[in-house]
Amino acid sequence: MLDIKNLKASIAGKSILKGISLHVKPGEIHAIMGPNGSGKSTLASVLAGREYVDITDGSVSYFGKDLLGMSAEDRAKEGIFLGFQYPIEIPGVSMVNFMKTAVNEKRKHHGMDPLSASDFLKLMREKKELVEIDSKLANRSVNEGFSGGEKKKNEIFQMAMLEPKLAILDETDSGLDIDALRIVANGVNKIKKSDNSFIVITHYQRLLDYIVPDVVHVLYDGRIVKTSGKELALELEAKGYDWIKKEVENDVVA
Amino acid sequence: MEKEQDRILDEVTSGEYKYGFYSDIEAEQIQKGLNEDVIKIISAKKEEPSWLLEFRLKAFRHWKTMKMPSWPNLKIPAIDYQDIIYYSAPRQKAKLNSLDEVDPELKKTFDKLGIPLEEQKHLAGVAVDAVLDSVSVKTTFRETLAEMGIIFCSFSDAVKEYPELVKRYMGTVVPYTDNFFAALNSAVFSDGSFCYVPKGVRCPMELSTYFRINAANTGQFERTLLVADEESYVSYLEGCTAPMRDENQLHAAIVEIIAEKNAEVKYSTVQNWYPGDKDGKGGIFNFVTKRGMCRGESSKISWTQIETGSAITWKYPSCILRGDNSIGEFYSVAVTNNYQQADTGTKMIHIGKNTKSTIVSKGISAGKGQNSYRGLVKVLKNAANARNFSQCDSLLLGDKCGAHTFPYLEVDNQTAVVEHEATTSKIGEDQIFYCNQRGISTEDAVALIVNGYAREVINKLPMEFAVEAQKLLQISLEGSVG
Repeated sequence: MLDIKNLKASIAGKSILKGISLHVKPGEIHAIMGPNGSGKSTLASVLAGREYVDITDGSVSYFGKDLLGMSAEDRAKEGIFLGFQYPIEIPGVSMVNFMKTAVNEKRKHHGMDPLSASDFLKLMREKKELVEIDSKLANRSVNEGFSGGEKKKNEIFQMAMLEPKLAILDETDSGLDIDALRIVANGVNKIKKSDNSFIVITHYQRLLDYIVPDVVHVLYDGRIVKTSGKELALELEAKGYDWIKKEVENDVVA
Repeated sequence: MEKEQDRILDEVTSGEYKYGFYSDIEAEQIQKGLNEDVIKIISAKKEEPSWLLEFRLKAFRHWKTMKMPSWPNLKIPAIDYQDIIYYSAPRQKAKLNSLDEVDPELKKTFDKLGIPLEEQKHLAGVAVDAVLDSVSVKTTFRETLAEMGIIFCSFSDAVKEYPELVKRYMGTVVPYTDNFFAALNSAVFSDGSFCYVPKGVRCPMELSTYFRINAANTGQFERTLLVADEESYVSYLEGCTAPMRDENQLHAAIVEIIAEKNAEVKYSTVQNWYPGDKDGKGGIFNFVTKRGMCRGESSKISWTQIETGSAITWKYPSCILRGDNSIGEFYSVAVTNNYQQADTGTKMIHIGKNTKSTIVSKGISAGKGQNSYRGLVKVLKNAANARNFSQCDSLLLGDKCGAHTFPYLEVDNQTAVVEHEATTSKIGEDQIFYCNQRGISTEDAVALIVNGYAREVINKLPMEFAVEAQKLLQISLEGSVG
């Protein structure tokens, strides 16, 4: 569904992604790991359509379409979801109103009628239960005054509501205690179907105890330097990133 | 990124003013200019008693000694008061007895504004006084209300039919000496609405006045007088629009409210005068004095305003809390876009004991708009246990606009508790992107965020108008992002 070819991108003239290629098939979970500053979040931003990132080379095709030519909202309506590393607060806008707008915009895009108020509330209730979100969260303003953990859980709830084909979770596990981590991971596992895919960006192996990836990539200095099965995550956890850095540097020297 | 911002900001300016049409209505006008003869002509046209003419002339003589205020944070071009027509009325064949006699063009005008003059077509539960230029053309539901003893009619009719009531209350809350524009209005006011709710009566419908400026080169100077007798309740709404014109037009109104013991008055305004074009050409100068007097104990006056129109807005709906335990409230959303300027806020004057006031002001600035909140909270010596809470928020869209806050506090009683909170925020690109990423377009995202920001105030409006106000905010800010 997603085919990234030799993607290069920079922010304010500084080169961040230096040629990334990645192929995601329906139903796969890809984990992207890597040290700070390696370009993980930039990759997520590019896929979601943030405008401050300049694409300098390469292509991204999503179900055969040129993803980079699509606006952020069209990408969302076509099924791309970004779980934000730092979810944004929107004071005064209720979660209900926010989600209703989002869900109905997506339905409109696909030629469907908007959900009636009662159907929508029913859907919200179902999804709240599915991802074990406290009912009260949904009655508050979007992320306003939420704790770090609540914000992340709210991202998972929104993901459940929007049923994306490709969900990109940008360090959703950072700052979570073990209970919140479990709720987030369970949410992902429940939403996971045979035809939707996930790109899980994380620092740590511990999230991958709960979400089992099909493929693990290591991103370092704007490149994917290693790709392997889920055992790679364990190796990284045990040995840190230094050995990867050394390997890469040796390659450069060689 | 900057280009994108410019593009979106440009789009803001494409928001069209929906009410900018002009109706070809034959009008009876007097010569331009202002002098005692003009005032006598207006008074004679309205067949006024001599005490009212005297009042006008006194006001005019006082006005001549005054200067336009220079303290507001506004750039006001020089106004030539001799270049304005002070009286313009749609020509009518004779006195109206039924609706069939209303000029069809007039009826069409109000239909186009969504204000049908036929009662049966009207929003259930809303009575309307329709004012075009200098005169009231029709008041609906007068008879229905009269059955309950409620008087709701044009100011001119009130002068004729209830001179004692008018004489007793007019000028008691806003004396003609109050300020430059109040003096001007007192000299030349032509019409407006009058409402009296008798003791113990809860007015069963929303009362409203719809103000429309139509003729060119005219000013609109109306007065509204609202009296809620003991234990009564009334909710009142005013709306206003004007045609698009290249020259500025002046609107200087007075609203006086009197609430007796245990009475409650809710006064809501949705102000949508023509704001001028995107280059700042034309638009209404809206210089208004609105004040309510909580005369009786435990009375309450609540102002809610949604200000989206006018090239310049200068108004401070205020409450004089004279009765013990009386309550004053002010909820405001003021939008300035393109070259609009607003200097608006309130005055809460605590005189009685245990008086309470609440101020919630939400300014929204876009384009090159300048938005100032100016508010006074004054607690007099005998106002024991007075309480005030003020919250002034500013929202900026773009980087060419401005928000200013001028709070004044004068507290002469040690037991008073006065709180003031203020915030300034921008609609962040992050917020917009967050919405985009959920499939919500930038336009819709701005509307969502602005309405969220203004929700606290919009919720205070009567239901039917809250929806209108939301749409209006959306139109006023079409496409703007910071």
